Amino acid sequence: MEATQLIKVTVDGKTVEVPLGTTIMEAARMIGPEVAPPAMCYYKPLKGSGGKCRACLVKVAQGSEKDPRPMPKLVASCITQAQDGMLVENFSNPDVVNARKGIVEFLLINHPLDCPVCDQAGECHLQDFAFEHGLGTTRYEEERRTFETEDIGDKIQLNKNRCILCYRCVYTSEQITDSRVHGVMYRGDHAEISTYISKAIDNDFSGNVIDVCPVGALTDKTYRFKSRVWFSKPVDAHCTCEKCSGKVNLWYKGEEVIRVTARKNQWGEVEDFICNDCRYEKKKTSDWVIEGPTKTPRHSVISANKYGSNTIKKPEFALKFAAENFKNIEDQREYNKTLEEIKKSEDYKSLMSKNKALLSK
Amino acid sequence: MSEKIEFTTERLKKVEEIIGRYPADRKKSALLPILHLAQEQYGWLSSATMDYVAYILDIQPVEVYEVATFYTMFHLDPVGKHVIEYCRTGPCCTMGGEDVYDHLKQKLGIGSNETTKDGLFTLKEVECLAACGWGPCFQIREQFYMHLDNQKIDEIIEDLSK
Amino acid sequence: MASDIKILTDRINIPGIETFEVYRKNGGYEAVEKALKKMSPDEVVEEVKKSGIRGRGGAGFPMGMKWSFLAKPEGIPRYLVCNGDESEPGTFKDHYLMKNIPHLLIEGMIVSSFALGATKSFIYVRGELMYVIRILEKAIEEAKNAGFLGKNILGSGYDLELVVQPGGGAYICGEETALLESLEGKRGNPRNKPPFPAVKGLYQSPTVVNNVESISTTPWIINHGGDEYAKLGIGKSTGTKLISASGHVKRPGVYEIELGLPVEEFIYSDQYLGGIRDGHHLKAVVAGGSSVPILPANLILKTANGEPRLMSYESLSDGGFATGTMLGSGGFIAMDETTCIVRNTWNFSRFYHHESCGQCSPCREGTGWMEKVLFKIEHGQGKMSDIDLLVDVAKRIEGNTICPLGDAAAWPVGSAIRHFRDEFEWHITHPHEATQKGAVFSNESILV
Repeated sequence: MEATQLIKVTVDGKTVEVPLGTTIMEAARMIGPEVAPPAMCYYKPLKGSGGKCRACLVKVAQGSEKDPRPMPKLVASCITQAQDGMLVENFSNPDVVNARKGIVEFLLINHPLDCPVCDQAGECHLQDFAFEHGLGTTRYEEERRTFETEDIGDKIQLNKNRCILCYRCVYTSEQITDSRVHGVMYRGDHAEISTYISKAIDNDFSGNVIDVCPVGALTDKTYRFKSRVWFSKPVDAHCTCEKCSGKVNLWYKGEEVIRVTARKNQWGEVEDFICNDCRYEKKKTSDWVIEGPTKTPRHSVISANKYGSNTIKKPEFALKFAAENFKNIEDQREYNKTLEEIKKSEDYKSLMSKNKALLSK
Repeated sequence: MSEKIEFTTERLKKVEEIIGRYPADRKKSALLPILHLAQEQYGWLSSATMDYVAYILDIQPVEVYEVATFYTMFHLDPVGKHVIEYCRTGPCCTMGGEDVYDHLKQKLGIGSNETTKDGLFTLKEVECLAACGWGPCFQIREQFYMHLDNQKIDEIIEDLSK
Repeated sequence: MASDIKILTDRINIPGIETFEVYRKNGGYEAVEKALKKMSPDEVVEEVKKSGIRGRGGAGFPMGMKWSFLAKPEGIPRYLVCNGDESEPGTFKDHYLMKNIPHLLIEGMIVSSFALGATKSFIYVRGELMYVIRILEKAIEEAKNAGFLGKNILGSGYDLELVVQPGGGAYICGEETALLESLEGKRGNPRNKPPFPAVKGLYQSPTVVNNVESISTTPWIINHGGDEYAKLGIGKSTGTKLISASGHVKRPGVYEIELGLPVEEFIYSDQYLGGIRDGHHLKAVVAGGSSVPILPANLILKTANGEPRLMSYESLSDGGFATGTMLGSGGFIAMDETTCIVRNTWNFSRFYHHESCGQCSPCREGTGWMEKVLFKIEHGQGKMSDIDLLVDVAKRIEGNTICPLGDAAAWPVGSAIRHFRDEFEWHITHPHEATQKGAVFSNESILV
């Protein structure tokens, strides 16, 4: 077997070696959350996902070692393959930060902003995205688009007004379940998730559309208004299931299991999809082997407030904060000589001028 | 009881010919032409008609709904005998299209997406029909009506009302 | 000075030219004979490359280069798909060509398919032109009966089947990957690129998508040679181009011009548009279909440097977006002083809002937002800050979308405000007057 070719990719100054064929997004995720672009539609376990929301746009400052030209437009990092020697700017590029503000604004202009009555609040990727990358205000004064409500059965609650058309649930139905009865109807800003004929979405794995939905468009009907996410306690549990892996999170309110979901990884993605029996039929502690409390896998608006604000990354804030608090310290120690030498180097100068330009923004 | 949805024998032959145009594992390519055929027969696409098309092409009904709702030529509700698809886009407007359109609406006594009481005419606004230099224009089924003015509108409507 | 040579429309007025018989008698299908009997596919590609012809659909990408990108893996079919989805407001040349001289396109499809090694090729025509589809299907039947299509064409061993595919009413299907999706029986959502169609196109196979006019030019190139074609035109804008003219001119219609013709001559010469309708003055022109930047009269006739503007890719884009525009698909919309630029911009904006596929967020949400703000301004409810808001929203759409529809929606808005800001301001400062029927504010100093 041929050895996989490794390539070097640099994102926001941090370099990683990845196999050829890796996307910029995946390379950035390998470096860590501090450089990983946000993703609203891309979902690694779902084939064909990505490219739609444009939340993950990045600047490619150098295409590759061989062809160092920068790419003329911002590119969607989730679908763009990294090349050897590629230099990517994510949080460090003001154009990217600005474009992302635009994306937040676009995604919110027709969003109902009904977080106070939305079951997704607290674990909503749109909340996180808006909080971390958006403006605090809106310039949109027109009437918001609304859709008729559609009943899709007793297991899943559909709210089209909240949908951001990531297509994840469509891919899930197509790839995980044995028949797809819903899809995206109509087009443009009137495109909507629908079955067209108000049919129940109900098959062995249909509940997974709830977990993949980044917003409150698809929520668990049996959990509706039962609790706010931050008032319930998730634990890892498993059971022996013939249909699925049986690995779940149980969400407790007091002694009661009020919801069962699949487990999500660091990026909010489900790797082991669960069946509807596990999700809807096993709501007693005795149905499960409890493994222990779930580590809150992903920072969110709510968990950030609750579990400590140091997990929030907000590039502008952080930069301005650092700039304001920067003090030059006279250091007499021996190794400083090397530092002085470093300061004379071209690399250091270009880095500093870049930082300066960034800070003056 | 609702009417049984089925293509006429002649159209079934056409369906077979259409499906034969594509590689055997790419039958879905026939979807748009067959939806046009179905609309030709029934005037519009009910969900039952779309289910029938899905059955013919061996695909999920939702795949037909997704496609039929995407393209503007497919009528998803019953329409009148003559569907007037009026171009409302810039170049036709520059050629005087807005005034002629006002006249047409007045003549028919209906607005956009409405059908006359006698069920004869449905009015729809459409975007550019690729006849800009010959505008203002509208289309009824496959027939283009171009260089429209108020007098021509009167003549066409009277002719079709007979 | 440009000649009046016609290579696409020279035979268009011959009675009965839509039939095989008449077309054949007038030199039709000679390119097929020449290509299939005397040339190799690579030689055909070479001639097209030499001709320097640029894609006539709007983007202007060199056609020969596009052909040479086509991947040719063993054992996988290749496809040629002709883009006849023509939906760009202001453009109706392909409609004109296909309905009047269908065999020209079919002849072009045969030589092009032969060059690319495709044995099944598609002509995708917008569904609204069903009558044109029937004309093409009839022409294909005639060509087949005469032995120019089907198995072993002219004894050359080359097989070709042509399929005409109707669209269903969607501007976006003019974007080549949306067209391919539509041809596969799906929603017309443009694909993420790469992979490009040349590698993975129709049915995941290598595919070339070319415009009707581009393909219809190939018979002439084969008959006369790429070098002869390259002699026509000016600089990198070789050959002739069909221009669809509409608006306030004396003689709207489709014209074949040699590239390099001065815009002034095109508008005012009796051979072409015959000037602006009597008693009126030219105010603005959209030169290449609704998506390209609108220019005021003075800038369409002369560049910012005072040089005469020519009908060519380079001359029309001289000055960039600040003072120039694009040749695009050649949809030439002329407007006189009775045209309200705000209303026209709103109309175009509504078009893009209506035609956005809804897949990616900047276009889906941004096109609707721009339309709503423009509607407000046009109807006397705008405020001054709305103008800059529009500029900013347009900027945030531009370049950030999956396909060029985002750019196409942003450019008309940005350019209208750039060149006619005073009209937008007038609508805001004179809300009552602005809502009167037929009320137009035109700065007289810009009229020609």
